[in-house]
Formats: sequence, C-alpha cells, structure tokens
Amino acid sequence: MPSQDITAAQAGHDRPAPPKHILRTLAHSLREYKKQSLLTPVCVAVEAILEILIPTVMAELIDRGITGGSMPVILKFGLLLLLCSLVSLLFGYLAGKFAAIAAAGFARNLRSDLFDQVQGFSFTNIDRFSTGSIITRLTTDVTNVQNAYMMLVRVGVRAPIMMVVAWACSFNISHSISMVFLIAVPILGIALIALAAAVHPIFERVFHTYDDLNNVVDENIQGMRVVKSFNREDHEESKFMRISKRIYKDFLKAERTMSFNMPLMQLCMYVSMILIAWLGASQIVASGNNAALGLTTGELTAMVTYAMQILMSMMMISMIFVMVIISRASASRICQLLQERSTVIDPAHPVVEVADGSIEFDHVSFRYSDHSEKPVLDDINLTIKPGMTVGIVGGTGSAKSSLVQLIPRLYDVTAGTLKVGGVDVRDYDLVTLRDQVAMVLQKNILFAGTIKENLRWGDPHATDDQLVHACQLAQADGFVREFPDGYDTHIEQGGTNVSGGQRQRLCIARALLKKPKILILDDSTSAVDTKTDQLIRNAFRTEIPDTTKIIIAQRIASVQESDLILVMDGGRIIASGTHDELLETCDEYRQIHESQTRNTAQEAM
Amino acid sequence: MTGEPSMTTTKKHMPGTGTNGASVESKALKDALATATPHGRKLSATARPGTLKRLLGYVFRYKAHMAVSIVCILLSAAAQAGSAVFLQSLIDSYILPLVGAADPDWGPLIRALTLMGCLYAVGTVSTWLYNWLLVAVSQGTLKTIRDEMFAHQQTLPIRYFDTHEHGDTMSHYTNDTDTLRQAISQSFPQMFASVVSALAALISMIWLSVPVTLFVLVFTAVLIVVVRHLVTRSGHYFLLQQQSIGEVNAFVEEAVNGQKVIKVFNHEPATAEQFRARNDELFDATAKANTYGNVTMPVVGNMGYLLYILLAVFGGAWALAGWGNFGLEGTGSLTLGTLVSLLTLSRSFTNPIGQVSQQFNMVMMALAGASRIFTLLDEPSEEDGGTVTLVNVELGDDGRTMTETDRKTGHWAWKREAGDDGTRSLAAASALSPKAAEVAAKAREQAVTSPDGRLTLLRGDVRFTDVTFGYNPDKPVLHDITWFAKPGQKIALVGATGAGKTTVTNLINRFYDVQQGQILYDGISVKGIRKPDLRRSLGIVLQDVNLFTGTVMDNIRYGRLDATDEECIEAAKLTNADGFIRMLPQGYQTVLEGDGSGLSQGQRQLISIARAAVADPPCLILDEATSSIDTRTESVVQAGMDNLMKGRTVFVIAHRLSTIRNSDVIMVLDHGRIIERGSHDELIAKKGEYYQLYTGAVELE
Repeated sequence: MPSQDITAAQAGHDRPAPPKHILRTLAHSLREYKKQSLLTPVCVAVEAILEILIPTVMAELIDRGITGGSMPVILKFGLLLLLCSLVSLLFGYLAGKFAAIAAAGFARNLRSDLFDQVQGFSFTNIDRFSTGSIITRLTTDVTNVQNAYMMLVRVGVRAPIMMVVAWACSFNISHSISMVFLIAVPILGIALIALAAAVHPIFERVFHTYDDLNNVVDENIQGMRVVKSFNREDHEESKFMRISKRIYKDFLKAERTMSFNMPLMQLCMYVSMILIAWLGASQIVASGNNAALGLTTGELTAMVTYAMQILMSMMMISMIFVMVIISRASASRICQLLQERSTVIDPAHPVVEVADGSIEFDHVSFRYSDHSEKPVLDDINLTIKPGMTVGIVGGTGSAKSSLVQLIPRLYDVTAGTLKVGGVDVRDYDLVTLRDQVAMVLQKNILFAGTIKENLRWGDPHATDDQLVHACQLAQADGFVREFPDGYDTHIEQGGTNVSGGQRQRLCIARALLKKPKILILDDSTSAVDTKTDQLIRNAFRTEIPDTTKIIIAQRIASVQESDLILVMDGGRIIASGTHDELLETCDEYRQIHESQTRNTAQEAM
Repeated sequence: MTGEPSMTTTKKHMPGTGTNGASVESKALKDALATATPHGRKLSATARPGTLKRLLGYVFRYKAHMAVSIVCILLSAAAQAGSAVFLQSLIDSYILPLVGAADPDWGPLIRALTLMGCLYAVGTVSTWLYNWLLVAVSQGTLKTIRDEMFAHQQTLPIRYFDTHEHGDTMSHYTNDTDTLRQAISQSFPQMFASVVSALAALISMIWLSVPVTLFVLVFTAVLIVVVRHLVTRSGHYFLLQQQSIGEVNAFVEEAVNGQKVIKVFNHEPATAEQFRARNDELFDATAKANTYGNVTMPVVGNMGYLLYILLAVFGGAWALAGWGNFGLEGTGSLTLGTLVSLLTLSRSFTNPIGQVSQQFNMVMMALAGASRIFTLLDEPSEEDGGTVTLVNVELGDDGRTMTETDRKTGHWAWKREAGDDGTRSLAAASALSPKAAEVAAKAREQAVTSPDGRLTLLRGDVRFTDVTFGYNPDKPVLHDITWFAKPGQKIALVGATGAGKTTVTNLINRFYDVQQGQILYDGISVKGIRKPDLRRSLGIVLQDVNLFTGTVMDNIRYGRLDATDEECIEAAKLTNADGFIRMLPQGYQTVLEGDGSGLSQGQRQLISIARAAVADPPCLILDEATSSIDTRTESVVQAGMDNLMKGRTVFVIAHRLSTIRNSDVIMVLDHGRIIERGSHDELIAKKGEYYQLYTGAVELE
C-alpha cells in the first residue's frame, strides 16, 4: 500500500506510463557487448562440462589407481585431471572476464542511452519524473540490472546445462527414480514464481521510495542554509526517517518473503534425497543388486551424485532468481524512462536557418499543464521587428518569464502560433533556433569548472580575446581580472563562490558569445548595480545593434530607453508603447515609474 | 579583495591550506578538469583501515538476532554434513544387509530415513530462520546507517556543502548503502557457514593424518596469498567504482537541475560528451573490479583440484611405499582406505573455500561502499563552543526585570550557563585588542542584564570590531570591518556586487566563523552563543530561494512548525503572498515539487518571506530577499515586514536602492571595507559614493 506521502506527491501530475517490451528495449543497449555476452555462456558451458567430467576422473583415480594400488595409473589420471583443471581454469578466467565486461558495458550503454534520452526531454517530461527519480534510474537501477545481468550470463547458462546433463545421466540409470526430479523441479518452480509475483510490486514500490529519498536528500543539501537558519535539522531528520523507514519496511517485507526461497530449495532437495534413498533401496533389494536385473549400489551412488548436482544447480537458479526479481522492478523503471516520448518533437523537415530576429506572437495561449484551468498566457498578440529593444515590465507572477521562454521553445505554445524570423518555431531545427536565441535566465546557473569553461558554453571555439571582449561588454572583465586566477578561476557547483551580480554578468557574457539574432535577458541584471546595468545596456546598443533584445526588468530604468515597452498583468499584455507614451497612457506603468523615482527626484534636486 | 561569498580558491578539504598548497591544488584541479574528472578530489585507491570491523560493529548491534542466526547457520551446516554422512553409510549399513534376504526387515532403513527426515527438517527450519532473521539485521543496519548519515549531515558546516558535489553526497544514501544489503544478509552468513564446513573437514583430516593435514595447510597458505592478491585488486577497483558512481550521480544531478541552461545554449552534445567521460571511468572500474572478483572462484576451484592431484600422487606414493602415518586416531602406516577418505575430505575442505571466494565480489563492494559511508560519517561536525541560550522572558514594567517563561511573550533574553556572570566576552575581548575591549565594555554597559548576570535582554545590538574574514584565510573578503547596529534599527548594507555584503550575514549567524576580530550580539561574543539559539534569534531570507517538496502551507510553516493554518495565512497576507497563492489550483494546499518549479522567481521569494514572517524572529536578515519582486509589490511587502519587525533589528541587503531607502542606517561596503555610513538623507547630503549609486538610477537620460 503506497503511503500517504507518495500519493500526495503524485497527485499533481500524471504518472509515466508502464513500460512495454522490457527485454527488447533493454537488449537494444547491449550493442558492442553482444560478443562478450555470447562468449561468456560458451566459456561457462565448457567449464560446466569439465565440472561434470572431473568427478568421473577423480572416481577413476580412486577406483583404479589408489584402490588398485598402481602408481602409474595414479600418475596417468593425475595428469589427466591436471589437464582438465587447466582447461577449466582458462575457461573460468575467460568467462569471468567476459561476464564482467559484458555486464559493465551493458550498464554503460544503458546509462548513456538514458542520459541521451533525458537530454532530449522537455520540462514537462522532467517534471513528470522529478530529479531524484532520474538520478535513481541512471545509477541505482542500472546497477541492479547490471548485477543481475552478470549473474544471468555466468550462472544462468551453467546451472541449466548442469541440470539437464545430470538429469539425462540419471534417466539413463533409472527411469523411475529420475522422475522424482521431474516432479520436484516443477513444484519448486511454481513456488518460486509465486514468491516472485508476491514481491515484485513491493520492489517496484521500494525503488519509487528511493526517488523520494533522493529528492529529500537533494533538497536538504540545496537548502542547507535554510535548514540551519531555521534550526530545522530535527524536522529534516524526521522527514528523512519517515522515508528511510518506508524503505526499511518494504525491503523487510520483500526480503522476508524471499527468505522462503532457500529453505524451500532445501525442502525439495531433502525430500528428493529421501525418496531416492527409499526407491533406490527397494529397487536394489528387488534386483538383488544385480545389474542385469535392475539397480545396483554403484548406480545408486552415482544417482546421489547427480541428485546433488541437479539440486545445486537449482539452488543457483533460485539465487539468480532473487536478483532477477529485484532487477525486474529496476528494469521496468529504466524502460519507463527510455520509452518516454519527449513532448517537444522535431519537425520532419526542419528549417535550418533563422532569417532575422523578428518575433511574432499570434493569438498565443500557454499553460504549463493540461490540467490547469487558467492559462498562464492568454491570447498574446505581438510583433517585434529585428534589432528592436523590447522591455517587459509587470507585477510578480504576471507571466513575463513564461512569455519569453516560448521563444527558444523551452515550452511549446498551447494555442496560436509563435514565429521567429517569419517561421513557426515548431518548424525549426531545435539546435538552429536555440543557437540564434540566446537567453539569460532569471535563475542563473554556472557549472563547476573554470570561468573560461563556463563562458565557452556560449561558443566552444571562442578565442581568449573573444571571451575577454564578451566579458567587457557584460562588464564582467573587471572583477574577473581581480580574481587571483583570473579567467581560470574555478567556479563551484551552482556558482556559489561568485556573488549574485557577478554570476549574472558572467551569464550575460556567456550569452553574448553566441552572437545570437535574439537576446533575452530575463530579469538578469537584478543583482547588478544600476551603473553597471547602464553600462551593459550602452554596450548592447553600440556593439550589437542588429540583435533583437528583450529585457525583462523590475527597474523601469532598465527598460525605459527601449523601442517598445510591454506592461504585463495576469498573463496578458495590458499596454505597450515607448516610455513616454506609456507614462501618458498607462496608469499602471506610471505608478511603477513613480514609485521608483519619486523620492529620488526630489532629493537629487 | 574579491567577490562576496568569494571562495574562489576554496577547494575540497582544505581548511588552513597555505597559499602554495592552494595554488598547487587548484592546478591539480584544472588538470583534473582537463581530463574530465568532475572535481579535484583524487580518487583514493584503498578502503579505510578498520572498515570491516566497524561494519560488523553495526551488524552485531543485533545481538539476539545474530546469536540465534549463528546457531541456525551451524545447525543448517550440520544437517548438510549429516546428509553427506548418511548417504555414505546408506548403502553399506542399510541396503546391502537387505539384499538377498528372504524376508527383508525394512525397519532399520525406515528408521534411518525418518531420522534423516527429522534432521533435514531441523536444517530447513534453521535455514529459513536465519535467512528471516538476517533480513531484519541487514535492513536494520541499512536504515541505521542511512539515518546516522543524514543526522550527521545536518551537523556539517556550510563549508562542506559549498565544496562538495551534491550528487556525490546523495550517492552515499543509495548506491553506497545498497552495496551492504546483499553482503550482510547473504555473503557474510554464507562465508561463515563455509568457513565452519571447511574447519570441520580440516579437523577430520587431523584425525586421520597429521602430516597430510600439515601439507594441506601449507597449500592453503599459498592459496590465501593468491586470493589476497586478487581480492586486493578487486577491492581497489570496487572503491573506484563507488567513487565513479558518486561522480556520475553528481553529474546527472547537476545536469538535470541545470537543464534549462543546457537547452538554451544547445549544450546537449558537450554535456553528453562530459557524461560519457565519467561513464567510461565507471565502466572501467566496474569491469576491472568484477573481472578480479569473477576470476577468484575458478582460481580457487582449480587450485582445489590441484591439491587433490598432489594428495593423490604423493599420498599414493607414500601409501604404496608403506611409510608411517600418525593422526589423532593413532599411529600406523597410511592405508589406501585412509587415503581415499583424506581425498574426499580435501574436497569438503576446498569446496567451501570456493564458495567463500564466490562471495568476495559482494563483500569487497560492500567494503568499498562502507568505506565511503564512514568517510562521510567522520567528516567533522560544525563546531559550536557556545553555551549561551535563547529564552522567552516576561519583561517587567521597568524594562529591566526579566522572568524566564515558556510562553511566547515577544521578548527574548540570552541566558548564560551557571557560573558565567557575563564577563567571558569581556575577557575574550581584552585578550584580543584594547579597541575590542573598549567596544565590549561599552556593549556590556548598554546591554540590559539581570542582577546575577545570567540573563541579558535580546535587543539586537550587533557590533563588529576589526573583523577580517576570507573563505580562504589567505584571501580576506572583509578587511578590518568595524560597525555597529543599534537595537531596533533597520540596517542596510549596500555596495557594488562582490563587496562582501552576504559575507557579513554569513558571519553573524555563524555559517562561517571570523578569523580575526570580534562580533558581539547584545554584548555577547557570537562564538559564546549556542548556534541553534543564535540562528533562532535571526530570521533570514536568502536571495536563492529553496522550497521543499510539500504544500505551500507546509513551506510557510517551515518557519515555525507549530504555527496554525491561520497564522501561516496571516503571514502570507502580511507579505502579500496570499493573493497569488489563492489563485493556485489548490490554494495553500497546492503541492510544490522540484523546488517550486511551477512558480515564478518572485512568487517563490514571496513564499520564503512569508516563511520568515511566520517564524516571527527577534532579528531578521533580508539578503536580496525581494530582488525578483516588482517594486510595487515590494513596497507592500516591505510595509508588512516593517510593521512586524517594529522595534526589532533588521539587516537588509539589496542592490535595488528603493529597497533600503527607509532604513535607519545605510552602510556602503566597497571591496570588503565600509566606506560610508549614515541615514539615507545624511548620505545623500554627503554626496559621496551612496549619492553616486543612488542618483545613478535617475541619471540615465
């Protein structure tokens, strides 16, 4: 029974669809490791045959060599045994190596495929899975599949071979006694399948809880400053312990069910043994221990050896079985991710060139989820000519960011059309479009690496001079040079070691390096001081006059010299025009402007 | 010199590293990056010593479980051994006597079979019982370790999180902990059972022949040397594997969280390339670790055959030569019959060793995981030398008499431990410098302290004296900062980006500790205040908002867990968040996921301000708290917060000068120094740096 937390967390959006054709989907990731995957069982088969052969040689050695008291015979069989052992060692070594490479390689391909898949996801897809869940699938789940796969190629072939051969031998000796196995094996098989059916849903739930675990730890680490400032360590711990307890309980339940596996095995094994002993004894007594009439004691001894081999193989199979059950849940979670269709689909015949920086919104509406009642953007109509500077102002939550995120197709419009350079954005090759639309996000993110590496995101081939030039435009050159390591300064994950304003300027420089036709600044100079802000805009005007610039800002000063200013409220454009026009016509705009300048103006006089 | 939380040279594990060390390390870091290793931490190659013992320490906390399990394992092994003995004697003792008998007496056979059935039943039940019990032990251990790790994580200093990749830390909870599961519930017991069987076989051998046993022991020693060779290598690569999987984890975490930037820059191919490099490293480690692990079994198995051959040949020669033999059984010559028995026993001896080696993979992997887990558990916790606590007090009419109470009164006091009369900070200050002593004396004079010196009223009097601080001690971010905040004032810190404003707040609430100088809070050195109490006294709203998975209501309530729904809504109204929250699909009950990804940045800031408001703290720090909120909404929020914090000290950091205009005192920081201080009007009149900054906003035309 999924607990409250899961259902509550999942209530918001649709769960990913259950996967289909799990084996086929996974097998696709085998690729270059098919060779090793096939060689392993071959080597294992040789090993297994030797394993059946060697005891026979050993028996001969004892019967004819030692009991016979002949040293040459002992040496002869000793040599033969050594030879067998060397061959077995060679193939055992090869099998171990091939199995390791096959499994590790399979896992590598799976992770690689998963990662590529995730990269192609839209945000709708990512929201459906959550970060923690994607991480679990790429690491923990793949590891489970990898372990099970290795077991499968190594033991999965060996055990059945040994079982079949041993059974055939036993059948050869006594049809009736070999029937004991034909009854025992299916009974065991059915019992094991029943166990599997019982625990599979629990394992599926456990790994889902792993996602929650990852999410809680991730949030805890990211929000550690909040946790510590509110002294919420205990609260976080209790939150974590609820989840770790859920994992504990589920795993306990699943593994306790699975703990019947071994004793069940043994039960079958022991019952078979007693039956063989009884049947054997009565047949020997009936035949008078005469080979011509029926079973002999020697044959019974052999029979017992085969029985042991059959049952040991079954033990191994049941061990693999446990791993496969655990990995089945993981496998289906991996497939779920692999089979998720990205909601942003490339067109069949994409346009690969953006003509110019013009933008046209035609009756555009947008909502983040199909379930939300109210559209975030409501019937937007807007035409922006190339090279224009457009300012957007509006209250908190007026959908300014949502509006601009449609332009590089981070999200798709729900209704209407959005054209860039005269072409619907959905008709572009995604790479082409995003190369020409540079966007500096509100939540600026720098990655672990040097400043140079971060800047080269904009243009991997940029020369050092170009980097410096972009930083000069973004007014970042000055502070970068003040760092002891200059452009080689290492940025920590998330850019925590540079201040908010510095981060913003580096992000602007990074965007400028793309030399885009459209540049979008989503409130990305909020932490930059006004003077620097002004310098950045001056640089834009003189250095990239042909680029269409869209600037979202809270400060009127940041947008007031724009060619066109949009005032947004509640997902609509309520007014547009130049600064002077809006001061005349738009109360909203005038109020914002006054609230920001009134006192200043008086005092500055 | 440089930026704000400017840890430009702060690297992993490096408190107190000298300049040279730092630059060497950052060089190593760059090299590492060039080869696409995600961070500078060298992949260490061996598990920490004592890991196994420590891990077993966790397992043996379940004393009763373990005791019963051990007995059950022994019983189960005995049943298996009994089965072998029975089958050997079956033919000779029970079947042959019946052959040819005119009226066979099946009685003895049936009795023997019944006896065996009973033994088997005991064996089966034992097997089930120990499997059942060990599941609880292994899962319980996993839970304990996870919980301990998380609890310990809460005590780690902020520096740890600033310098370690998040995803790598996360990997400890899943990938590393998972390695223990199978080892504890399956590998350890199987190894134990195998060792018992091997020992039993060895003892039987001593019974038959001491020389042969000695020979077997010498051979075993050689075997152990070979196995150790393989196992050491396997362990090395398993550790690499766990470290690499941590890095893959970290990379995926960073890539998924930064997906928007990656998309905006068409950076998918480059990111995939970087991922591939880490993925290959992981593949390499996994393949090697498992190769060594997988090979162990055939090596041991075939060495067992070798032992068999050697015993047969030499033993055969010996027996045929008729040399003497002695065992516990007695002395005589080595008979062929004894040799046959010894050969069979040697199989019973080497087979279990083979089974042990089969488990080595799991065990080595578990040790690698455990080693990483213990490294995290051994990270030093945040140090807290403080003894002063925060209590609610009833304030008398005279404004000086304080009575401690459990009730929320709107008045707080610092309570010193018994034996502390309030002179400790003074003494510490005197030791520091005459100037510090003077400041401390003055602060103490102005503080409202009870006659016995145990209680000091919390008024929000904060004084910095000659504070110098750098995230890397060699590169100070703040230089000799001296300033003070009078109780009840609204203090603003402004300055160009990177001037050190956030650092100042990091020091007040002791996310980081000052290296030089002193910070007094109501006359008490902040180092003397218990960290939880210090932080409880300071509400804080940070620029980077972190929301938690849960409803909007839960997120607001995070500020004060016992707040009622009404109080949360009240706080939201106060901070102007109520309006948009009500527009959400389920209002306050809307579930936020992925750090509130469905909300705009400004809306997230509003929630985080509401969260601080519901905490109703004695002092408040607003660090760029309204940077993404439009100016009109901001003024409403500000009015609300001003009202809430009336008479309490508030620190405001902002770039937007309209945010701080109505502050009582504005301090202008530049390059880690305070260059101006005064009210808005005073600073404007002064026509200094602030004036420049401020008028910059209207000089645009």
